[in-house]
Amino acid sequence: MLNVYNILETIRMIQDECLDIRTITMGISLLDCIDTDIDKACEKVYNKIVDRARNLVPVGQQIEKEYGIPIINKRISVTPIAMLAAACPNESPVKFAKALQRAADTCGVNFIGGYSALVHKGFSAGDMALIRSIPEALDVTQNICSSVNIGSTKSGINMDAVKIMGEIVKESAERTADRDCIGPAKLVVFCNAVEDNPFMAGAFHGVGEPDCEIHVGVSGPGVVRAALAKHPDASINELADIIKKTAFKITRMGQLVGARASELLNVPFGIVDLSLAPTPAIGDSVAHILEEMGLEQCGTHGTTACLAMLNDAVKKGGVMASSTVGGLSGAFIPVSEDAGMIDAAVAGTLSLEKLEAMTAVCSVGLDMIVVPGDITPETISAIIADEAAIGMVNSKTTAVRLIPAVGRKEGETLEFGGLLGSGPVMPIKDKSSAKFINRGGRIPAPMQSLKN
Amino acid sequence: MRAVVTVIGKDTVGILHKVSGICAEFNVNVIEVTQSVLQDMFAMIMLVDISGINGDFSVLVDRMTSLGTELGLSIHTMHEDIFNSMHSV
Repeated sequence: MLNVYNILETIRMIQDECLDIRTITMGISLLDCIDTDIDKACEKVYNKIVDRARNLVPVGQQIEKEYGIPIINKRISVTPIAMLAAACPNESPVKFAKALQRAADTCGVNFIGGYSALVHKGFSAGDMALIRSIPEALDVTQNICSSVNIGSTKSGINMDAVKIMGEIVKESAERTADRDCIGPAKLVVFCNAVEDNPFMAGAFHGVGEPDCEIHVGVSGPGVVRAALAKHPDASINELADIIKKTAFKITRMGQLVGARASELLNVPFGIVDLSLAPTPAIGDSVAHILEEMGLEQCGTHGTTACLAMLNDAVKKGGVMASSTVGGLSGAFIPVSEDAGMIDAAVAGTLSLEKLEAMTAVCSVGLDMIVVPGDITPETISAIIADEAAIGMVNSKTTAVRLIPAVGRKEGETLEFGGLLGSGPVMPIKDKSSAKFINRGGRIPAPMQSLKN
Repeated sequence: MRAVVTVIGKDTVGILHKVSGICAEFNVNVIEVTQSVLQDMFAMIMLVDISGINGDFSVLVDRMTSLGTELGLSIHTMHEDIFNSMHSV
């Protein structure tokens, strides 16, 4: 039953604590668009996306009005394009990227994800051509996101792919150096990538998914922080309970919006991704939640423990609030997109090493981290390998989104603007990992028993 | 189908009149009103029935929002489902 306190609480969450639906993402399968003639394939891709997603943005706006809740992004994820590129071996897959860009412009969505390849065990037809074309694709398009899965718990880590991705990240930064190196901000290297992720830049529509579906990604770090702030002397398990209750409320809203979007678009409802996704806006920071728990600054000793508790409590609270939970679900820690993380990185409290430890207990990985422009491709590959190893051994998704700041050194800043924020150049080790990376081959899949 | 209209801000003459005037214009029946004035701050929550609405709900939302801007008040008009789903298991 409605009561005044609940009504005012909801309004306060939306108005003062930055509660929003981060994204409604429509997953669209492009498997039926495969054609040996790339121009025909691109035409089919464009037509199918526009046909399915034509009403996505208007419906999103209608729901915003109906429930009074902002829906920040309307997005599309598609079948990994490497699978379509496989049928046209003599053509550049960049044509697909351009077709996706046209579809994004027509539908008015802000990102299409799925310029992707899954190479955790090896390269099949189309994979290598697509990976090699990523820097150009991200350079000539604005709203296309790319991802490559280079490892999994079941198959190990493809070190040949890890080596190549180091080169691709670097090349992508160089090609977009005149635009604050925006290229690699749209490129994620995954271990254990999920097939129903609604969040960019890593969204793609997995082959096990239905033809078309709707996913919702919720947000709300500000709401969690405000809830904790009301209990300055609570014990940790009491804090965990408060987070669970808050996550429940946030997720219920995601479930409601997803169900409504699914009904209006006549497309099956996929999943709610229970994530705490920060933005650079004041009051929308995951780092500030950790600080509210009692850390002087995010990145100091105790950060990993606080994050582990937060991540687990968010899942426990959210799972009961939704009929189907999926995606990445957990707390995101993208450095440049989180005001508290930016401050901690600038102050030197938050280091790359601490971030790596944090990724072992939270949702994704080394996300939106700006590194010096003179970083070698082998060092990028080695960072990717470290992060993938954490994901592989712990049976969780990990990802790397590093941005080499071409022409800039430690202490300087890259400004992306908007939701991508800005990031200080973070220091890296100066000793080489080149010999390890150049060996190539595969790290075998880990044991799933004798877990110590 | 019901919606909740909340009005928060500095008290002035005729707030209730203007808000319920818009409701009447859209054939929206006011079911329940709770309001309090603390010093000069006005807070009102209105439960309205929108099943007989004679236009688009989003147009009503826009009208209420612009009335809020005009009077310097914060007016939110939201479908009741959001409150029900958020606050009950």
